[in-house]
Amino acid sequence: MSEVDSLLIDATTKIFEDLSDPQTLNSAATDDWRSALWSALEESGLTLAWVPADNGGSGASLADGFSILELAGKFAAPIPLGETLLAGWLLSRSNVECPSGMMTVAPTRPRDKIQMTEDNRLVGEAFGIPFGNLAEYIVVLAYKEEVPHISLVSGKDCIIKGNPGLSGDGRDTITFSNTTPIKIAPAPDNFSGQEFCIMGATIRSMQISGALQSILKLATDYAQERVAFEKQISKFQAVQHNLAKLASETAVAIAAAGSAMDTINTATQYNELVFFEVSSAKIRTGEAVGEAAAIAHQVHGAIGFTEEHILHRYTQRLWDWRDDFGSESEWAVELGEMVAERGADELWPLLTAR
Amino acid sequence: MSQAIQFDPIRLPPEAEELRLEVRDFLSEEIANGGFDPHRTIMKSGFDREFSKRVGARGWIGMTWPKKYGGHERSFLERYVVTEEFRSQNAPVTSHFTADRQSGPVLLKYAEEHIKEDILPKITAGDCCFCIGLSEPNSGSDLFAASTKATRTDGGYLINGTKLWTSNAHQAEYMIGLFRTSPPTKENRRHGLTQFLVNLKQPGITVNPVRNMAGKHDFNEVLFEDLFIPDDHLLGEVDSAWKQATSELAYERSGPERFLETFYVLPELVRVIGQKPDARAAEGIGRLVAQLHTLRRMSVSVNGMLQAGKEPVIEGSIVKDVGTIWEQSLPAKARDLAAFVDDTPSNRSNFDELLQYATNIAPKLTIQGGTTEVLRGIIARGLGLR
Ligand SMILES: Cc1cc2nc3c(=O)[nH]c(=O)nc-3n(C[C@H](O)[C@H](O)[C@H](O)COP(=O)(O)OP(=O)(O)OC[C@H]3O[C@@H](n4cnc5c(N)ncnc54)[C@H](O)[C@@H]3O)c2cc1C
Repeated sequence: MSEVDSLLIDATTKIFEDLSDPQTLNSAATDDWRSALWSALEESGLTLAWVPADNGGSGASLADGFSILELAGKFAAPIPLGETLLAGWLLSRSNVECPSGMMTVAPTRPRDKIQMTEDNRLVGEAFGIPFGNLAEYIVVLAYKEEVPHISLVSGKDCIIKGNPGLSGDGRDTITFSNTTPIKIAPAPDNFSGQEFCIMGATIRSMQISGALQSILKLATDYAQERVAFEKQISKFQAVQHNLAKLASETAVAIAAAGSAMDTINTATQYNELVFFEVSSAKIRTGEAVGEAAAIAHQVHGAIGFTEEHILHRYTQRLWDWRDDFGSESEWAVELGEMVAERGADELWPLLTAR
Repeated sequence: MSQAIQFDPIRLPPEAEELRLEVRDFLSEEIANGGFDPHRTIMKSGFDREFSKRVGARGWIGMTWPKKYGGHERSFLERYVVTEEFRSQNAPVTSHFTADRQSGPVLLKYAEEHIKEDILPKITAGDCCFCIGLSEPNSGSDLFAASTKATRTDGGYLINGTKLWTSNAHQAEYMIGLFRTSPPTKENRRHGLTQFLVNLKQPGITVNPVRNMAGKHDFNEVLFEDLFIPDDHLLGEVDSAWKQATSELAYERSGPERFLETFYVLPELVRVIGQKPDARAAEGIGRLVAQLHTLRRMSVSVNGMLQAGKEPVIEGSIVKDVGTIWEQSLPAKARDLAAFVDDTPSNRSNFDELLQYATNIAPKLTIQGGTTEVLRGIIARGLGLR
């Protein structure tokens, strides 16, 4: 198990409490909170957590970064923190200097593929890019004759078609038509491209785990406040059982994401076992989202369906996150193909490999 | 919420993985030389005293118990590996498993010294089977409605009444029974029940088989008529059994047996689907494997937390709730996914046979050892809702 820096966690919690309180953000008339929140995170070195100190980052461990993202999930923080961490990680691993500012990554859908021409221009389309419009930079995985390259692109140099996504954070379409990147480097040795999705899926699993913990708390608290038929609704067995199910799905997400994160933290290479852990986590946390969000809404009744209530800040992001970096269906097909290919007698050894 | 849900990402330690290889060697030798037939144990009986003795001889029963009672003072994670490897091969563990998991630990905690010295070594040798006498005709989920009476007499108690659904009572040497020693009080309806060790091989006991819908004889009706139980067979405090149950429950609920009871269907599904599945079959298999993997991680985590001295009570109940629902739904999902597999008998006859059996036993999985509804009530209590 990797040690997490508890001082860092406390400091990050404080920033989110002060500047990313879901209720405050929900009632805010403007988007001014965003730059305040981002600056605070930037000043604490959190946005470049996965960039080594030598390259101008804060050189935090993978474990610390993932824990920060679980926290971001707990606050449903509407900023590209996970994307920027991932972008910084990719750039650093390719020895590309990392800029400051909000970044996102592309592509985030497994079937999208960006090509790099002979003269290093980007061609292709990436759908559902989180914070595509908002981010200053996009870190792109592109293939130059099947060789993966990492490049840093300015958002201004691409055609971006806005799509709010479910949460409003943006799941934008980015078109690269002979776009010239600011910087380019071949991907690190042994980098197949799958690492990109694997890291992204682990980030999303951690955010999902965080947000589910929060909606479990919202729903259990609400059930103890709300009165119907002269009782707290938490006293109705049907409600109790729904909340128990919500707790179970949250537990599943905590365990699945935690195990994937722990695997990545200690992995020396991205082998079959890493794929197995991370795909399982993304599948199972994605499934948990469906069940848990539905229950959280059911328990809240009509109030949870309003713009005014903060529940949607979580559930809409949860629905967005389960689509990013491979949905349950996409990962399940890949995992199922791997299991089938290995054959029936290799299933148990795979399950018990660690 | 009273406490945050916790699932530390615990891995099995190297000594457990070494042990796994030993267990695998043992099981493949057993299968190769006819020691047991995995297929037969699913369909027919998992009770095999000789097999249990061979397991005991390897030191794999009572693994975590003190050496002075025949135990081996190994960790819960080592025991975990043995349990899951045995389950995965459908090894016939019925004769020793209940004693190993539940009854032995109860004796360790509550039995008198001479009883521990007498019985625990027999259990670890694989030569002693236990059954659990909780349920009655009019008391199932509501354990505290139990009415089988223990009446004070010279030097002990006289037992009268009926236990029902008692698995393996027809094969067991002992029962740990819950009997009424006093009426419940107004303030506490859980008051008045006491746990006893019952030697089943004596007059005053009639065991009648109850066949289940899959055609098997696993559980029984057990009648007590003036059965004498000596004082030293009392386990724990008189009238206060309700205080004794809770701490062991996390062990009882969180083991791999709580999601592996129909596991045999899954590899056979993979086999009939073949190496090049279409997207529908691949997705279905991928989801099932991801779900199972996550359950196993949760279960390992709970056992690791127990080993570390924590009390993951709500986490244990969650493993059982999610786990039993999963193993129950596995046959139905496998049926769906195999719908378009060729019907030629050679292709899928083994799969079909296992699927039929798993479908037949699926209903019990969310009833035995506490129903889904009861488990969710416990989880809700852990959430502070009741
Ligand atoms: C295969 C098998 C093996 C078993 N082996 C043993 C054994 O070895 N020893 C032993 O003592 N018992 C054994 N049992 C019995 C088992 O513990 C009981 O069946 C179980 O506790 C449920 O009790 P019941 O069957 O009386 O159902 P009931 O308690 O009558 O319940 C019927 C239905 O009502 C629901 N219900 C009951 N109370 C509530 C409530 N408060 N809120 C909501 N829903 C509720 C239940 O969830 C269930 O769906 C075994 C059962 C099976 C199926």
